[in-house]
Amino acid sequence: MIVSRRETWLGRVLLILLMLVTVVPFVSLFVTALHEPGTYPSGLALPETPYWSNFVDAFTAANMGALLWSSALIELGVVPVALLIATLAGFALGHLRPPGHRAIFLTFVVGLTLPFQAVIVPLYYQMRDLGLLNTRWAIILPLIGLYMPFAVMWMRAHFVTMPEDLSEAARIDGAGTWKLFTRIHLPLSSPALSSLGILMFLWTWNQFLLAVVLVDDPAKRTMAGALGAFQGQWGTDIPLLCAGSLLILTPTLLVFLAFQRQFVSALMQGALKG
Amino acid sequence: MTDMRTALPGRREVAAPASTGLEARRRALRARRLRRGWVALGLVVPAAVFYGAFVLRPLALTVQYSFYDWNGVTASTFVGIDNYRRLLGSSETLGSIGNALELILYFSFVPVLLGLLTAATIRKFAASRLALLSRTVLFLPQVIPLVAAGIMWTWLLASDGLVNELMRAIGLGGVTRAWLGDTSTALGAVGVIGAWVALGLCMLLLLAGMTKIDPSLYEAARIDGAGAVREFVSITLPGVRQEIGVCVTVTVIAALAAFDIVYISTQGGPANSTLVPGLEIYYLGFFSREVGQASALAVVFMVLVLAVVLPVQRLTRED
Repeated sequence: MIVSRRETWLGRVLLILLMLVTVVPFVSLFVTALHEPGTYPSGLALPETPYWSNFVDAFTAANMGALLWSSALIELGVVPVALLIATLAGFALGHLRPPGHRAIFLTFVVGLTLPFQAVIVPLYYQMRDLGLLNTRWAIILPLIGLYMPFAVMWMRAHFVTMPEDLSEAARIDGAGTWKLFTRIHLPLSSPALSSLGILMFLWTWNQFLLAVVLVDDPAKRTMAGALGAFQGQWGTDIPLLCAGSLLILTPTLLVFLAFQRQFVSALMQGALKG
Repeated sequence: MTDMRTALPGRREVAAPASTGLEARRRALRARRLRRGWVALGLVVPAAVFYGAFVLRPLALTVQYSFYDWNGVTASTFVGIDNYRRLLGSSETLGSIGNALELILYFSFVPVLLGLLTAATIRKFAASRLALLSRTVLFLPQVIPLVAAGIMWTWLLASDGLVNELMRAIGLGGVTRAWLGDTSTALGAVGVIGAWVALGLCMLLLLAGMTKIDPSLYEAARIDGAGAVREFVSITLPGVRQEIGVCVTVTVIAALAAFDIVYISTQGGPANSTLVPGLEIYYLGFFSREVGQASALAVVFMVLVLAVVLPVQRLTRED
């Protein structure tokens, strides 16, 4: 296709501008984090003596080691369980299609556009009655439930597209439902599973509302929830706050850069299907 | 386990004597289908239990609480639709709903429009190295917690933050202010944060949609003498209708349900100028302990989300 030079340049400039707008806040955060604690640095200039110690201070002040551990525990509680039960349900609704599967699926879909605030008040009292307030279970259990509409829809959409012939052939060879699931369907599902896993990992790590409402102790929260508490405590010391924010950002950024391609496609598909 | 059980009838079928052949086979088939149905329903149970316990039950309770006056501790009293009447008569609540609707402008229209324009201009070199790099860079705001975006931008928009500094540098020193602290600009400033988060995702989704449009359509338009604007309106826009629908749906929900960004950057202030329903539910439910009021607002809020999202879905779904 012939592309006029002017258009190409216009496009390039626009794209670079867009990227600059995206990146500058990160740069500003980083530069500010290197300034002397307690000051109000301005501009994007690096300080004459960078205070790398801010990161160490923020690490101790935010109790970052405990936070990482807590977030890891929450992720471990949420993602594998949610993946497993959503896959089972998706397989049943998408492939086996028992009587009533349409109605069951529609019931799941109802929850798809539901903002978490719609259920947060009763969830609080439910957790209180279960004696789980201020424990990680108060975040883990509701999150699994809240992810189900999307996760079941995602896995069902995957199993629906699996060619019928394949299952037919396996059945003729004498494979039962369980064998069909573990030997044929599951191995072919790893792209769908890993995308869903990445999405749920990210949503859990960044979950704020549930953490703030259901768990008082920042050390038992998700990373995002802990960051909220950190801001409340250190909000007046801008360089330290920026250093802390960067530390809390870093794990997601690293995971993102490591699994870039899966991430981008997961997020795009996630948006398209949701 | 399951494979043994479902495999058994099949084996018995083979062993069955020929005289009862057809009838027995049919019965065995029906039995197997029935058993498979029960197995399938059993597989849905774990997901359904979590969904029922932590979504459907609280959802029903929200509706129930909304008809009661309850502080969460002492006994509750049934008050009918009083909570709703009070909410819809309160200027604070109406204001918060108005704010959420206004946020749609920033969270949704701005990113979708800018995304469309950018995607349309870079559509032709979507496979270049620069465009590939942009896929990574533009996704960054989607990956970080919204809380972190809020903290970053609170600092950028502060009275001696980068935004004001840039404005002073280009001679706009007269309009600088603490953007998040001024009742007339705070909502717009919160909106800017939301627009920043959504812009990259919208642009990339729309770009992905545009690369799927058949290039021969564009060639035909060029031959017919269509200009860039005409091309955009009659080929690009209809071609990405579905993607536009997705972007609008996702961003509108983000605007109406805004919580993290507002909580971090303004807490709903100054003077309630950035109060949104998502935040007000939190205040009513957990600070003033008016569980009934909070629940009634949550119901109104859900209806609002559906009322805005469903028409968008209908308009943009391909029939």
